[in-house]
Amino acid sequence: MDNTRTIDVALSTSGLDAEGRPVRVPLAVDRAGHPVAVTPPQALEPDLQGEHMLINLGPQHPATHGVLRLVLELDGETVVRCIPHIGYLHCGFEKIGEYRQYNQIIPWTDREDYLNSIGNNVAFALGAERLFGIDITPRCTVLRVIAAELSRIISHLVWLGTTCIDIGAFTPFLWAFQERENVYRLLENWVGARLTTSATRVGGMAADIPDGWMDQLRGFLSEFPRTIDEIDRMLTRNAIWVGRTVGLGAMSAEDAENYGLSGPMLRASGVAYDVRKDFPYLDYETYDFEVPVGTRGDVYDRFLVRMEELRQSIRILEQAVVRLPDGPVNIDDPRVILPPKTKAMNEMESMIHHFKQVMEGPRPPIGESYVAVESPKGEKGYYMVSDGTAKPVRWRIRPPSFVNLSAIPKLVEGHLLSDVIAINASIDIVMGEIDR
Amino acid sequence: MSTGLEPASETPARIVYPGSADPGAPRPATPTGVPHHGGPENPSAAALRARFPDAVRRVQVVWGETTVVVVGERVLEIVRWLHDEPLHLYTYLSDVTAVEFRDPEEPLAVVWHLRSLAYRRFLRLKAEIPPGGPLEADSVWSVFKGADWLERECYDMFGIRFRGHPDLRRILMWEQYLEGFPLRKDFPLRGRFSRAEQLRQALAANPEARYSMEELSIADAFEDLPPSMRARLQGGEQTGE
Repeated sequence: MDNTRTIDVALSTSGLDAEGRPVRVPLAVDRAGHPVAVTPPQALEPDLQGEHMLINLGPQHPATHGVLRLVLELDGETVVRCIPHIGYLHCGFEKIGEYRQYNQIIPWTDREDYLNSIGNNVAFALGAERLFGIDITPRCTVLRVIAAELSRIISHLVWLGTTCIDIGAFTPFLWAFQERENVYRLLENWVGARLTTSATRVGGMAADIPDGWMDQLRGFLSEFPRTIDEIDRMLTRNAIWVGRTVGLGAMSAEDAENYGLSGPMLRASGVAYDVRKDFPYLDYETYDFEVPVGTRGDVYDRFLVRMEELRQSIRILEQAVVRLPDGPVNIDDPRVILPPKTKAMNEMESMIHHFKQVMEGPRPPIGESYVAVESPKGEKGYYMVSDGTAKPVRWRIRPPSFVNLSAIPKLVEGHLLSDVIAINASIDIVMGEIDR
Repeated sequence: MSTGLEPASETPARIVYPGSADPGAPRPATPTGVPHHGGPENPSAAALRARFPDAVRRVQVVWGETTVVVVGERVLEIVRWLHDEPLHLYTYLSDVTAVEFRDPEEPLAVVWHLRSLAYRRFLRLKAEIPPGGPLEADSVWSVFKGADWLERECYDMFGIRFRGHPDLRRILMWEQYLEGFPLRKDFPLRGRFSRAEQLRQALAANPEARYSMEELSIADAFEDLPPSMRARLQGGEQTGE
């Protein structure tokens, strides 16, 4: 390399200097003669003039999956540096939660990661129940597993479809969205809403499944694997797909763990951490399922991991369908759960309970809880602190997409601009959750 | 999951299996009947008390989760020890956040949620900032790169300055946001400014045209600006307003 503007490649791609501080070198210094230019690993030809270009990707761009803005410094077509900007969708969910009773927060959880709304409902209810010291009923446990896995299927299908569009494959997008429609129909028949489900309550669910719903679910479970196989045949060995994804945005296991990545992002890099296996909830340890793990941590591995997770979700759902016990959905505790409407209208005590539930809300004891679940994006945690009143002192969402996205400068630097789209798609971000 | 697509020259990647450091441990199970206070304590808490007797203020187990309240100035040292020590290996940082209570007498707490994947342990570290004390905490960015955005968010929402963070600036709110720190208890739900003032500022701002000084300096964009604007920006002024 006879270019005087080359520097140590390892130094520039990690973005850190010898002391571990980020390298911040303005180009002006480069003109003064210091060797600061970058030869990324995939650079084909250094730009003739050596001038870098600043490009603004987003916030209104169809391939950034929401209002994400990436400021990219390009050398030719190669990304030298990436500075992400977020916050365009910030609505202050955590602040609003401090002014709401626990059951009133559940509709807000629909709206953060809106592809996983019923999964968020389940996660929030689990967190609140730990704060209240409640153990839910066996039927509710299984229903919540069904809800969480259906929601994982929705989220992965949307990810699959949109990633296909980003990379240029249109047909699998239609197949994925058709199946997603089937899952939404199931949810609609269960809780009455498709996207904003608000399905759980502290201590139970808003509604039990209606008659015949299990047959609809069984029907879906028998049809859906065929679609996955079809998408699999279409993409997994497809030369264009492989060429557009293999080797892009790779992350080693150590780095992925250190950057706090979670979910398929972490597992594709070779860390077999799945909250359902390692810190189980909802009796996940009693289900028979595998945690797929990648080896190279690139976009292709993330695709393979998510495809396998779809199949594992079907496995879990099949077991849940078989084991769903009869019995009540809600716990029998008038301090937390609303009485049935007929009782509230006919018995004095139940009416008082109903009134106090609605007007004052259930009060947890003083304490705090952090409950994490394996959302489709990764470790989603709800940290709640109670001072004994009906509203939390602090409601904190640990957003997996937020932490996963924070690694994007490391993932895209050294890649081509067109690959930024594929890498960004592989993170599976939902801006509603990132900005909250 | 072999794909048959791996290049032959690549050495096989290391796969990290959680729980591998403690193979004799019982399989993790869904906790039930967890008591409000008490119950089994995370073994790392006792180790912390032995290793840092003057830095650990108290240990409490609430709803089965162990919280270690430590002296704020020692957090980085403690986190680094927990990360490196082969008997603990807290190699995963779940979350960095803060809690302010409604009672103004209560200290503001900065909270770190750590996971040891190798031992399948969960530990909450807390550092308390007394009322009126300096809103500062140790940054754990030098141990966990994932702390970067989490600490920026905590600064953005609470105004806590993380010592040693490489790039501590607002993340969810915009850099020129003047109303303060939204998650503080003295911050009203509707914001400090009137709706009219908020609207005026929102219309006056042009968020899409804004590049930071850092971004302008990395490319030729800075050179192309008129000299008067360059002078202003070099004086520390922000673009966009």
